[in-house]
Amino acid sequence: MSEEWPLYEVFVRSKHGLNHRHVGSVHAADKEMAMENARELYTRRNEGVSIWVVPSNNITASSPDEKEPLFDPSQDKVYRHASFYELPDEVGQM
Amino acid sequence: MYAQLVETGSKRVKTLEEMSPEERTFQEKVDAEIKIEPKNWMPDAYRKTLVRQISQHAHSEVVGMLPEGNWVTRAPTLKRKLQLMAKIQDEAGHGLYLYSAMETLGASRDEEIEKLHQGKAKYSSIFNYPTLNWSDMGAVGWLVDGAAIVNQVVLQRTSYGPYSRAMVRICKEESFHQRQGYQILLDMMREGTEEQKAMVQDSINRLWWPALMMFGPSDEDSPNSQQSMAWKIKRKSNDELRQMFIDQTVPQLEFLGCTAPDPDLKWNEETGHYDFGEIDWSEFYEVLKGNGPCNRERIATRKKAIDEGTWVRQAAKAYADKKQQKQRDAA
Repeated sequence: MSEEWPLYEVFVRSKHGLNHRHVGSVHAADKEMAMENARELYTRRNEGVSIWVVPSNNITASSPDEKEPLFDPSQDKVYRHASFYELPDEVGQM
Repeated sequence: MYAQLVETGSKRVKTLEEMSPEERTFQEKVDAEIKIEPKNWMPDAYRKTLVRQISQHAHSEVVGMLPEGNWVTRAPTLKRKLQLMAKIQDEAGHGLYLYSAMETLGASRDEEIEKLHQGKAKYSSIFNYPTLNWSDMGAVGWLVDGAAIVNQVVLQRTSYGPYSRAMVRICKEESFHQRQGYQILLDMMREGTEEQKAMVQDSINRLWWPALMMFGPSDEDSPNSQQSMAWKIKRKSNDELRQMFIDQTVPQLEFLGCTAPDPDLKWNEETGHYDFGEIDWSEFYEVLKGNGPCNRERIATRKKAIDEGTWVRQAAKAYADKKQQKQRDAA
C-alpha cells in the first residue's frame, strides 16, 4: 500500500458573516489539493463563501482529562456575568 | 440498512453493575444522549464495532457508485446524465464523510479499503445486483436511496459525534437522490411507451426484495442488535425500519401504477401497517458471502480503479514533497 496522503481539517464560513466552522477532513498531497478537495467535498451546494484547510497534525486540542482544570475555574466567577449585578428597576434597561 | 450484520463481539449486554467505573461513566453518558467524541474514553469493543459499521457504511457508498456509473454514458438525455453524475458525486462525498468520521477513531482509510478489496470487509448486499436498464436508475434512486434514508435518518441520533454529524449532512443530500429516481419512473409511466412502462415494472420486480433485504436479517436472527442498541449506534431494529420503509413506499408504488412482486403485500387495518411476504433469507446470506450476481465484478472494478490510480497518487505526493523541499531550500 502506497504512502497515505496527509490529513487536513476543513473549516467553512457560510454566508451571513458567521465564523468559520469545522466541517470535516480531507486527504491531500499538499495544501492546494486540500483546498480543491475541500471545495468539492464540503461546498457543492452553496454551503460557504470561504474555506480554511489546516494540516490535522498542526492542531493542538485540549484533552477531555483536562476538562476540570481548564473549564471549572470559569464556573465560580459569577461576577463575570451581567446578571450578577442587580440594579433597581428605575434604572431601566442596561 | 447500509451496514448489515455488524459484529459487536458480545452476545449479552452488561448491566451497569457489571461494568468498570470507566465503562459505567461511558454508558451513562450514552444513556443521557450525550455524544461521545473522539478523545473521550470508550470501550474497545465500541470503538471496533463502530469502525466496522462506519467503514461498511462508507464502502457501501463507494461501491454504490458502480451500478450507477454503468449508466452515465447511456443516460437518455443530457439533463438525466448531469443529474446522475451529480448523484454519483454525492455518493463519493458520502463515502468520504464517513471515512473521515471513521478516521477519528484511529482507523486508517487505506487499511480499511484494503480489507474491502481482500473480501474481509462487507458492504451493502444491494450493490451486488446488476442495473440492466435505464429504469433501474429510477428504481435504485427511489427504492435503494429510499431505504438508505429510512436507516440514516435515525442514525443522525447515533451516539458517536462524528458519525452523527456525517449522517446529518448525508441526509440533507439524500432526498434529492430519491426524488430524482422517483421522477425517472414517473416520467416513464406517464409518457413512456408500453415497452418503457414494462421496463419500470421489471426494475421493481427485480429490486423490490433486495431493497427490503438492505435492512438486514429479521430481529430474531440479529444477535448483535442488542449491544448496538445499548450503545446507541443503532437506534431502531431491522424489522422496525423495514416496516417503516414498506409503509411509506407502497402508496408511492400505487401512485406509479405498478405492483410489488409480493402476493402477500396488503394493508392491515388492525395493525395500521402493511403485511408482507417472507423474505428469501438464503439469497441474502449467499449475496453476503460473496455469491451475488455482481460481487466479484464490483470488487474487481474497485481494485482496478485503485491500482491504476496508484501512479497518479504517487506522482502527486512526489510533486508535493519536491515543492516543499524547494521552499525549505529557499528559506
